[in-house]
Amino acid sequence: MANKNSLYSIVAVVFLLLILLVGVQGLGWYLLFGVLIPYVAVVFFIVGFVYQVLRWASSPVPFHIPTVCGQQKSLPWIKADKMDSPQTTGGVVARLALDILFFRPLLKNDRIELQEPQKLLFKTSTYLWLGALAFHWSCLIILLRHSRFFLEPVPSVVLWLQWFDGIFQGLLPILYATDLIILLALSYLFIRRVVYPQIRYISLPSDYFVPLLILGIVVSGILMRLVYRVDLMQVKAWVMSMLSFHPTLPKGVNLLFYIHLFFVCLLIAYFPLSKLMHMPGIFLSPTRNLRNVSRSERHINPWDRPVKVHTYQEYEDEFREAMKEVGLPLEKD
Amino acid sequence: MYDGKKIIPGLLIFLGLVTYPFWHNGVSGKTGYVPKPKLPVDKKECVEPKDYIRVNHKDLLDDWKSSAIRKGRRTYVASNQKRYTMSLTRTCMQCHTDRAEFCDQCHKYAGVENKCWDCHMFPKEIKKE
Repeated sequence: MANKNSLYSIVAVVFLLLILLVGVQGLGWYLLFGVLIPYVAVVFFIVGFVYQVLRWASSPVPFHIPTVCGQQKSLPWIKADKMDSPQTTGGVVARLALDILFFRPLLKNDRIELQEPQKLLFKTSTYLWLGALAFHWSCLIILLRHSRFFLEPVPSVVLWLQWFDGIFQGLLPILYATDLIILLALSYLFIRRVVYPQIRYISLPSDYFVPLLILGIVVSGILMRLVYRVDLMQVKAWVMSMLSFHPTLPKGVNLLFYIHLFFVCLLIAYFPLSKLMHMPGIFLSPTRNLRNVSRSERHINPWDRPVKVHTYQEYEDEFREAMKEVGLPLEKD
Repeated sequence: MYDGKKIIPGLLIFLGLVTYPFWHNGVSGKTGYVPKPKLPVDKKECVEPKDYIRVNHKDLLDDWKSSAIRKGRRTYVASNQKRYTMSLTRTCMQCHTDRAEFCDQCHKYAGVENKCWDCHMFPKEIKKE
């Protein structure tokens, strides 16, 4: 039984879809959905993204808080873990690169199970890692493939990528490997949040909303590619007209194109407000981007201010006579 | 602002990436470029209506290929009941005689690499060689 949060998200996505259907099909607001919303969404995305990062940059990071899971560098005869407890900038870069490119921390995802009779089991679960890796890499490749609509002439890198992505199929229409992978990975990542009670418990509406939105983009894109074709020449001509700030309405397209476009606009406009900001956020995580020098270097609390101290010597000087009188031992006579 | 020396270059890289289409098209000067496939002068209609052909010619050719090679059926009945021979070389290329001026115009624009030319050749190209 799905919880309320996932239902809210499904309702939200269906509602947005209805807005589009009414707007495009019913009222014929092509200018709004084909020109204005895309421009506004892109501006929202770029300005919001930069604003959010600058806002993060304006908060101090006073404490030295790298998360480590290896031996810190200490005495020469104790072997230090250079990457899991990075002492140098090189170590930090290596660790962050593995985090960002291969999601290494997700491999530490443990599944905890209570098995009869009274046995607590910790098992490494690689499904999340696999799903996340498959999703993000497919997403990147699909994004780069789409650059053929934005760039003229189309760079040969994009053509190689297309060729490589379509390598498993010689038939028409080409179903790209990444299209299939992203569909499977995204479905798994969504269902995971619905099925497992522990994950359901910590999931917010936005955790369901974003995967559903991306799922809408993926499904409309695949359908547009395989079944309900659009005229790609005119789509590219429309993109180029938008890029040159002489916008025209997209021609030779169908409703699926508008769904695809509207959902992409929603996603990028929502991006700066959402957890999707983990994209720049990973670079700005103090727990990951600091060197572990918490003992080899002296860190002074930036909020330290001169404290008036009263040492024992001063105390003794102050009460010397009184102490002598009652016969207390003194350090200095 | 803290760590501006690292964060500002990072943001500049981000801005460079999201605005890359502007730089790319600006340098190539092809923002306003629209492909102009050269249409045959003497013929007025294609096998199917223009809008259908523009979007679905790849499926049509794929169907023709399977039908002609695997089933031996070589006659195509168009939606207007006209009959055509299912052949890229003997039907399509009779009107569209130049690959570079017709096919490649749009294919290059949309970054499409098709497999037609693995087997087929334009008569003109053979003469050149």
